[in-house]
Amino acid sequence: MLEKALRGSPRYWGLLFVLMAVIGLGLGFYLYQLSFGLTITGMSRDVSWGFYIAQFTYLVGVAASTVMLVLPYYFHHFKAFSKMIILGEFLAIASVTMCLGFIVVDIGQPQRMLNVILYATPHSVLFWDMLVLNGYLILNLVIGWTTLQCYKKDVPPPSWIKPLVYLSIIWAFSIHTVTAFLYAGLPGRHYWLTAIMAARFLASAFCSGPSLLLLLILFLRKLTKFEPGKEAIQALSTIITYAMCVNVFFVLLELFTAFYSNIPGETDPMVFLFSGLEGVRTLVPFMWTAVVLGLGSLVLLIPVKIRYNQNVLPYALIMLVVGTWIDKGMALIVAGFTPNPFEKVTSYLPTIPELMVALMVYAVGALVLTILWKIATSIRMEKEGV
Amino acid sequence: MDKTRRTILKLAGASALGLGAGSLGLLGKGIASAAPALPTAANYDSPLHAKRWAMVIDTKKFDDALLKKCIDVCHTIHNVPDIPTKQNIKWLFTGDYEETFPTEQNNFLAEGVEHRKFLMLCNHCTEPPCVRVCPTKATFKREDGIVMMDYHRCIGCRYCMAGCPYGARSFNFMDPRPYIKEQNPLFPTRTRGVVEKCTFCVERLAQGLMPACVEAAGGAIYFGDLEDPGSEVRKALRDNFAIRRKPDAGTQPGVYYII
Repeated sequence: MLEKALRGSPRYWGLLFVLMAVIGLGLGFYLYQLSFGLTITGMSRDVSWGFYIAQFTYLVGVAASTVMLVLPYYFHHFKAFSKMIILGEFLAIASVTMCLGFIVVDIGQPQRMLNVILYATPHSVLFWDMLVLNGYLILNLVIGWTTLQCYKKDVPPPSWIKPLVYLSIIWAFSIHTVTAFLYAGLPGRHYWLTAIMAARFLASAFCSGPSLLLLLILFLRKLTKFEPGKEAIQALSTIITYAMCVNVFFVLLELFTAFYSNIPGETDPMVFLFSGLEGVRTLVPFMWTAVVLGLGSLVLLIPVKIRYNQNVLPYALIMLVVGTWIDKGMALIVAGFTPNPFEKVTSYLPTIPELMVALMVYAVGALVLTILWKIATSIRMEKEGV
Repeated sequence: MDKTRRTILKLAGASALGLGAGSLGLLGKGIASAAPALPTAANYDSPLHAKRWAMVIDTKKFDDALLKKCIDVCHTIHNVPDIPTKQNIKWLFTGDYEETFPTEQNNFLAEGVEHRKFLMLCNHCTEPPCVRVCPTKATFKREDGIVMMDYHRCIGCRYCMAGCPYGARSFNFMDPRPYIKEQNPLFPTRTRGVVEKCTFCVERLAQGLMPACVEAAGGAIYFGDLEDPGSEVRKALRDNFAIRRKPDAGTQPGVYYII
């Protein structure tokens, strides 16, 4: 099947070369980071995790969200998703690749990273996160590749694939739960210390991940003759709508607990995000943008008529993806470190080199996704005789 | 057998050469001047032991000069760099009452307390979250309660910094060596990309010496075995009212403050 990736239109090759160029550019900045250290980032003694770990967290959600296709398809025999499901599994592979990439660029001594396996430490959540992420990557590789191969050869998938699929459904929940536990179990980080952290993570993942997938699929439909099917698009946009409602509901729960209890530890990070604390207002414009985009997307998604209008849908999805990305990919980490253990505020914004390294990891993910989706769509085109 | 003997001879030769080079000043001024102070086996004959090391800081006895003296001696002997940015390294540092005890806020503080500075350092917790979260056991707790770090195992993930509720940990965002004014050759410098913190001076306890800050404080800091009812720290805690930083975090800090 790999040969499908080696034959393509000039546009396909053009995209690959652009992505390679971006990776090359970002690699230059990563080498700069390797020689001077993480000092080239905006991180500090007080805000010791930043943009990298935030992207990692967001992308674990994207990877986990594939379950929103796999679960209806396998548990409820919802056949409309049959064309999309392989694309979802391949997006999960690309996402986990980026997750691992963001961990590697974030650590101070990357050449020692295998110490996590050599000195396996089960009482560290990071150890479990390493396990579940790599496990999820392997599961999706095996399931995606095998089912695609069977489809190509016109044979039913082998019987051993079913238990793996069921395992991958539970596994998808586990990767984002464990990622939430990275944060939710730390004393003294009030913004993270909440029992609904994992639930919030899953809700935001299950709306943002499928939105990103659907956007990419709609884009793919423009570029190629791939047709995901009207029923599938409508069903997925309905799932997205419900998940986004739950996501917003969870945010409101957090706001209620913080402001009704009036405990400073609970309210301070929220005040920091939405109106600034001790004069530091770096995230305030972003947060209000996220609020407008998030609620705006719901205005477009909740009424069925607008949701099913495929001219409006992409805009709603873009609003949702950007809004949830600001919440998780920018605010979540910084707010956990604000205020610091001395009740002081240290501002954080990523630097240009930091953003370029992040861009490199995103480009690697895009490259993996492009190649995998090229293989999947080529095979489908061939089978359908388009 | 023969090979082993040859290896030992080689090592012995190399070590002799190294020592010679050190005392001859071939390795630079710092090492040559410190060479006479190199500890020998005899220095480790009577180490200090405890079931649970703890510290009691008598904050009333501190003024700015004494605070500076303690911090300077700690940072000098441990090669703690002085980096003038928010990516700085701190083992021993100060804060006012509100920064040090944010869970014990009070509107109107006694005047003496309001303007007082408090020493902060690693609390060497009984239940250290940093040890719990470290994915490589690079941070670990010794049997005597001291929370230690293996700088050669640390991967620099900084999970311990997120886990510590006391802001006691620092990450080497850059190579620290250019920021060390005068290197102490008897203590290792750290490398870029690892986390570090106060160690309760394990290297001094092993030689029968009290921690450097305790020595410098001249009686303003008590140090001893918390499980020995006759120890200085227990006596200090019996005679004075003391508090700890963020006791609500459930970490059981090993540093007490007499207010």
